[in-house]
Amino acid sequence: MQPEVNSVTLRTRSLSRNYGARPVVQGLDLEVRRGEVVGLLGPNGAGKTTSMQMITGNLAPTTGSVEVCGVDLLEDPVRAKTHIGYLPEVPPIYRELSVDEYLRFAARLHRLRGASQARAVQIAKARCGLEDVGRRLIGSLSKGYQQRVGIAQAIVHGPDLVILDEPTAGLDPNQIREIRALIRELRGGHSVILSTHILPEVESVCDRVEIMHEGRVVYADSIVGLQRSRRGTELTAGFQFPPAVDEIAQILGVTQVEALSAHRFRVVHQEGIDVGAALAEAAARNGWGLNMLAPGHATLEEVFVRITQGEEEP
Amino acid sequence: MIGVIGLRELRTLFASPLAWVVLAVLQLIIAWVFLGRLDTYLQVQAQLRQISNAPGITEFIAAPVFATAAIMLLMAVPLLTMRLVAEERRNRTLTLLLSAPVSTAQIILGKYLGIMLFLLVAIALVALMPLTLLAGGRLDPGLLATNVAGLALLAAAFAALGLFMSVLTAQPAVAAIGGLGTALAFWLLDLAAPDAGGMLSQLSLLRHYESFGKGMLDTYDAACFVLFCAVFLALTIRRLDAERLGG
Repeated sequence: MQPEVNSVTLRTRSLSRNYGARPVVQGLDLEVRRGEVVGLLGPNGAGKTTSMQMITGNLAPTTGSVEVCGVDLLEDPVRAKTHIGYLPEVPPIYRELSVDEYLRFAARLHRLRGASQARAVQIAKARCGLEDVGRRLIGSLSKGYQQRVGIAQAIVHGPDLVILDEPTAGLDPNQIREIRALIRELRGGHSVILSTHILPEVESVCDRVEIMHEGRVVYADSIVGLQRSRRGTELTAGFQFPPAVDEIAQILGVTQVEALSAHRFRVVHQEGIDVGAALAEAAARNGWGLNMLAPGHATLEEVFVRITQGEEEP
Repeated sequence: MIGVIGLRELRTLFASPLAWVVLAVLQLIIAWVFLGRLDTYLQVQAQLRQISNAPGITEFIAAPVFATAAIMLLMAVPLLTMRLVAEERRNRTLTLLLSAPVSTAQIILGKYLGIMLFLLVAIALVALMPLTLLAGGRLDPGLLATNVAGLALLAAAFAALGLFMSVLTAQPAVAAIGGLGTALAFWLLDLAAPDAGGMLSQLSLLRHYESFGKGMLDTYDAACFVLFCAVFLALTIRRLDAERLGG
């Protein structure tokens, strides 16, 4: 196989899909470059899975085109699919096969034979930490291991584009950390598209984020940009001897104060003003007994609201 | 690619107890019929010797064995084909094949190859039993060969029909019942046909199978079986393709 000159591994143009009369994905334009991890973020039902199914050729788009490493997926699906590794929401594993048998089968499906197949299976197992369970039946493995087998299956043929649909769903915190480390490691040679509805996950592994809502991309930016929009206008403060709400509101830059409990307040302030320092100073001066001051992390839903409302403003 | 998918399918079949149970029950019933016919033959052997042009052991013993095997396959094949696509769909493993660089036709033909390899093993086991008669007598190789060929074609037809039923649903049990019902309908179609040469009786699988049982290798009957398989395989491929487009 000749090395691809083109550094864009995936390009979709106005990709749309309707289920009956109901549009599920509308006009998705996505461009992913080699070595990039793109997070597809959105609440359940936003069209993330449908988009991924279209990109991997599992579902035909109603309109639009998908180009994988310069090959049109709709015109030459077999050749385009050689560049893709896909882990769907439910890992497509045969429970009655052993890990080795299953990965060999996946490698063979991607036309790997003989020594290169054995090597590919070895590498995939090593990367996903499956060396010790090679001979075990997949059905007898824990959920975390099954998920790893699913990822191993997606990367065994060294695809240019790896697509992972909610790879950490249903795992325990340790397993989630391991899977995230694996995804960060994948970045080297592959492009990765990752779907999730967990915001911190995107922040910890992705370079870029596309937020989908009701079938449309409503926000696309780098992670740095997302973090800026996520933080900066909200604080949570706790006091041992809480002052009146009005007293906090008088601090320069504060636009809104809300009492969360008797001792805790949510403080909304203007962008670009460091209210935290002023608040700490006021607390020290007046003896409020400040015992907590934290930047309020917005949830995904709040980021949404902010992003969609931001667009509406002139 | 077809081979890769076929061998995987065969492995899965043998990993489940179902395949072994089907083989065991098939063998048990065939043995029962075989020994029963053998017993009868030994009893009437003296009388048979007095008739001119009497049936040989192949016709007397082997042919009924194959006729029984045909009925057994009618019931067993839908059970084996039911999970081919339906279970993969239910377990969401179909995605692995659909995302891999293989065409829909290759997926279906691979699965068909897998089930056919299994059925050929079953038929070989059935054929082995009459072959043991070689120890004490002479067989009619022609009659035996047409019986084996007829049974193989019949199994191929049932398998194609069962595979089509499996692609229609995500419930293996529904596929099994559907496969059994339609196979039985195609089998008995000539009972419903008022005239022997009519359209309906031409569709009857039993009718086309009968000539093989008599030792006749009729290319018309063979072609009917091949056509039957081709039609259902084509329908299966189309159905799986449509799934990607519809929904």
